[in-house]
Amino acid sequence: MTTDNTSPQEPHDGEYLKPLLPILDQHSTRRTLLKTAGAALGLAAFGEALSPLMVIPENVSVDEFLQQHYKELTDEDKKKVFARLEAETKERFGADVTITDSKPIPGVRFAYAINVSKCNGNGKCMEACNKENNHHRGVDQSYIRVLEMTKGSMDMENGSTTYDHTVPQDDKFYLPVQCQQCDNPPCVSACPIEATWKEDDGIVVVDYNWCIGCRYCEAACPYHARRFNWELPEIPAEEVNPNQGYLSNRIRPQGAMEKCHFCLHRTREGRAPACQEACPTGARVFGDLNDPDSAINYVLKNKRVFVLKEELGTKPSFFYFFD
Amino acid sequence: MTANARKKRNVAALKHAVRSYPGFLWWGLGQATNGGLGFYVWMIVLTAIALVGANAWAHQVARGMIVTNMTDHVSWGLYIANFTFGVGLAAGGVMMVIPAYLYDDEDMHKVVIIGEAVAIAAIVMCTLSVLVDLGRPDRFWHLMPVIGRVNWPVSMLTWDVIVLNGYLVINLHIVGYLLYMRYLGRKPNPKWYVPFVFLSIIWAISIHTVTAFLYCGLGGRPFWNTALLAPRFLASAFVSGPAFIILVMRILRITTGFAAPPKPARTLIQIIRVAMTINLVMLASELFTLFYTGGAHGESAKYLFFGSHGHYGLVPWIWTAIACNLIGTGLFFMPDALERSNTRIAACILCIVGIWIEKGMGLIIPGFIPSTLHEIVEYTPSLTEWKVTAGIWAFGFLLLTVLLKLITTVFAAEAHKTEIA
Repeated sequence: MTTDNTSPQEPHDGEYLKPLLPILDQHSTRRTLLKTAGAALGLAAFGEALSPLMVIPENVSVDEFLQQHYKELTDEDKKKVFARLEAETKERFGADVTITDSKPIPGVRFAYAINVSKCNGNGKCMEACNKENNHHRGVDQSYIRVLEMTKGSMDMENGSTTYDHTVPQDDKFYLPVQCQQCDNPPCVSACPIEATWKEDDGIVVVDYNWCIGCRYCEAACPYHARRFNWELPEIPAEEVNPNQGYLSNRIRPQGAMEKCHFCLHRTREGRAPACQEACPTGARVFGDLNDPDSAINYVLKNKRVFVLKEELGTKPSFFYFFD
Repeated sequence: MTANARKKRNVAALKHAVRSYPGFLWWGLGQATNGGLGFYVWMIVLTAIALVGANAWAHQVARGMIVTNMTDHVSWGLYIANFTFGVGLAAGGVMMVIPAYLYDDEDMHKVVIIGEAVAIAAIVMCTLSVLVDLGRPDRFWHLMPVIGRVNWPVSMLTWDVIVLNGYLVINLHIVGYLLYMRYLGRKPNPKWYVPFVFLSIIWAISIHTVTAFLYCGLGGRPFWNTALLAPRFLASAFVSGPAFIILVMRILRITTGFAAPPKPARTLIQIIRVAMTINLVMLASELFTLFYTGGAHGESAKYLFFGSHGHYGLVPWIWTAIACNLIGTGLFFMPDALERSNTRIAACILCIVGIWIEKGMGLIIPGFIPSTLHEIVEYTPSLTEWKVTAGIWAFGFLLLTVLLKLITTVFAAEAHKTEIA
């Protein structure tokens, strides 16, 4: 920038008059015309630069844009929303699906436990999660990470999630980690818009249509349990799991957060979570904490149980034990 | 027309100019977009960069955040790094407000409005930095009170949205009111701005404290989970803010001849000396705890400063920052050298760059490395991220230029009036 002839010390003729009576001042009119042209050109360029945004009105219907938070939807609203989502899934993924809204079973409190002595790191749970939950196929997404740990240390520093050899290795043990469904969940506190919350049966869920994708919850989670949809998931039509829950395994939109939901569309209907069903070693124990006769209560009462990062005070509903 | 006649005519025009506030703003926009060739080149270049940024962001929204290099492991990157620095820049302006209003520093009073203009532009940049970091910007209304669903008072991010917008509104009011009164040739009524000025002092401290709480409240991220974070944020803000304002005053003098009295710059230099020393002491004590204790808590710091398990991505960044901060601080403690304006500019730029890295890439990224399951996934910003960030900076400078143009025009017009009277 250089000193110019319109410096405030020596203003132009009509410098202060212009906005009052621009027509009366020739010089000013020329400048005003140029400025108007410049502004018009700038606006046009701005519009052109932002033109890729036009995919939003193409992909996001008015109904979706105006959709309220899950907790504010009436049964009537939900019917419409689910029908719309089903139609969109048909259109985008070519699959006929049914979206349901399983509610927590009154009096039930879910918990999970893993027998670290039995788990051999085969990774079937991750595969099952990928299929059951309509994960993005391109990146082999799953809500579970299995850490291969070095015997003699509980320090995750000495663990690896990227091992690629036959299992189990003699000097290793295996530690699957997924959402710990904390009773004091840092992710729920972090969310600025209540897009994620803890349900009565202990499951932390996400309203994928309310999440703005700020990823603060992902930073807050001490267990790396949350996943972000960096792009629209890709799933071949024939691989889409058609039994979908609104708060669980329906295909997630681009730009929203997701996480393990204990397969609530199955478990709230009395079935086992997909990862438990798939586990060939019997390392996974799932059940109702409030039922004194449940397998999970047997484990908690009779085994030496621990939780991950207990010192953080997150109070996980996810336990580990050794035989 | 003689110079005197011209001045008379100008003053007459000013006297009879539009009286309404919207009219004043319209007049101001007209004034702020007048200038010579250099001015238009500057504005066009900034507009062009802003357009590149806007276009990159639009593509990011269309294709998804996959066009950034962020991952589930490093889920915040350059955008949030810039946001953090911007909040500091905005809060730093308060270091002009405090001497001007609490200590009645007359000379500072004359230029304090520059600090407030910097704060406005910085806050707008912060807001944009958060907006471009959202996966679903079309759902931004979910963040608004009443129509959205706000997780207040639990979520620190909700607090941040509130305090940042509040700070913007307060500063817009103060700057707008004071300029409007000057334009009308009236004495500002203290009732209408002094309470807001005091509010803005508390508020400036709150924006940076809340932003620090955003990170240090997370128990799962040991690198951030330190009580020193908020004080460190404040100390570094009181370096980067005043340093930036010294640069702005220098540029104004060169380009518009707007001569700020020399005293405010000297006060700012004093503040920088103290704040930077405190900042470096806190940094040193933080590093001592991390490295002497060792263990998992020190792992991020080890990665940041020396690399870890064969990964060295942030090592050049942080040592650049340390070098800039030390040399910059050294220069600030050499009063004779600092009298030369080139040295002064260099010292300011070094401190700004040093803090931009230390608080941005050097703070946000190592919070994620190693991850909470102790995996090391590195991060370097993608071209899209650089474009968007450059666009936001360009837009910030565009806004700042318009604000400063308006301020200098109103001030100059008033100077004319007193001259003739």
